[in-house]
Amino acid sequence: MTDLTDELDAGTVFRWLTAAAASVEREADLLTELDSAIGDADHGSNLQRGFAAVVTALGKESPSAPGAVLILAGRQLVSSVGGASGPLYGTLLRRTGKALGDADRVTGSQLAEAMRIGVDAVAQLGGAALGDKTMLDALYPGVEALAAGGPHPYGAARTAADEGALATVPMRARKGRASYLGERSIGHKDPGATSSALLFTALAGAVADE
Amino acid sequence: MSEQQDASFAGREAAARSSAGKQRPKVGIVLVSHSKEVADSVARLAVGLAAGRDSAPVEGAGGGPDGGLGTSAELISAAAHKVDTGAGVAILVDLGSAVLTVKVLLAEGDELPENAQLVDAPLVEGAIAAVVASAGGADLAEVAAAAEEAYHFRKV
Repeated sequence: MTDLTDELDAGTVFRWLTAAAASVEREADLLTELDSAIGDADHGSNLQRGFAAVVTALGKESPSAPGAVLILAGRQLVSSVGGASGPLYGTLLRRTGKALGDADRVTGSQLAEAMRIGVDAVAQLGGAALGDKTMLDALYPGVEALAAGGPHPYGAARTAADEGALATVPMRARKGRASYLGERSIGHKDPGATSSALLFTALAGAVADE
Repeated sequence: MSEQQDASFAGREAAARSSAGKQRPKVGIVLVSHSKEVADSVARLAVGLAAGRDSAPVEGAGGGPDGGLGTSAELISAAAHKVDTGAGVAILVDLGSAVLTVKVLLAEGDELPENAQLVDAPLVEGAIAAVVASAGGADLAEVAAAAEEAYHFRKV
């Protein structure tokens, strides 16, 4: 069992991002299928390319601080994704990494606080808010659950992010390509919120592996 | 109304031209589109319509990292450095990831030339206005204003 006072190191973050890459790879078809309903059908392939670049870069450089690992990964996403999810996830990871600073080990509470800063930066970049049917609808509940702690904080964050993604189904999109569809965006799960939930699943897996 | 705006645009352009020294470096312009063909064609269109003047440095940065539709941070950064003469770089974009990628590159601090600016303008009309203004010797603020003004040229 892990709690928020347990410390994470660069290896934990490396495992987290590697698990995220594997999960994006596994779910790429699903993400693209969701995106074909309300977007331009490239979310799965774009993220696949981005996270593959992340794994390659981490294999070459392997920074020794959790913050530096996230910053390097964020940079790869910005430069290799090619769609809006690149700058958005890139900003999430970079700003989270910057907020962690150069400490070799960080607590779960510090990670939760840093991720909150990262998610706020994503909201600001995209000009979106909770309830707009975007990745924020999974990221905010996930981060809040993580910050709240409890006996299984990472598992709780995963559950909250999953539920947040599912809650986008009845929403009407107000941002991005899906917003052009108006009412017709209702009834579809948001691909960005779905991939964001994968990020929390990967985190829970990486921390439980310790 | 549109005539009045046309007149103010022409006036701004003339003022920019007359105040510009011959040796003054010109503002570079980068056109970012999800499509390489669109970015490059709009660049040619804008330079073509600004014919009769010395042109301004213009580069298209279109398409994604895999060469398909999308946005490439590397292409944008390379194009911006290519058109940078020291007078600033105006970056015009189409939508979505093009907007977000340029914003993130600007936030990084070291990815784009100093004095690079994301201009809030329609891509085609804004590019023409920006190239005409820059070719006429306008500074970065004047180029940006000329491009932004293109939003107000109503067609109907």
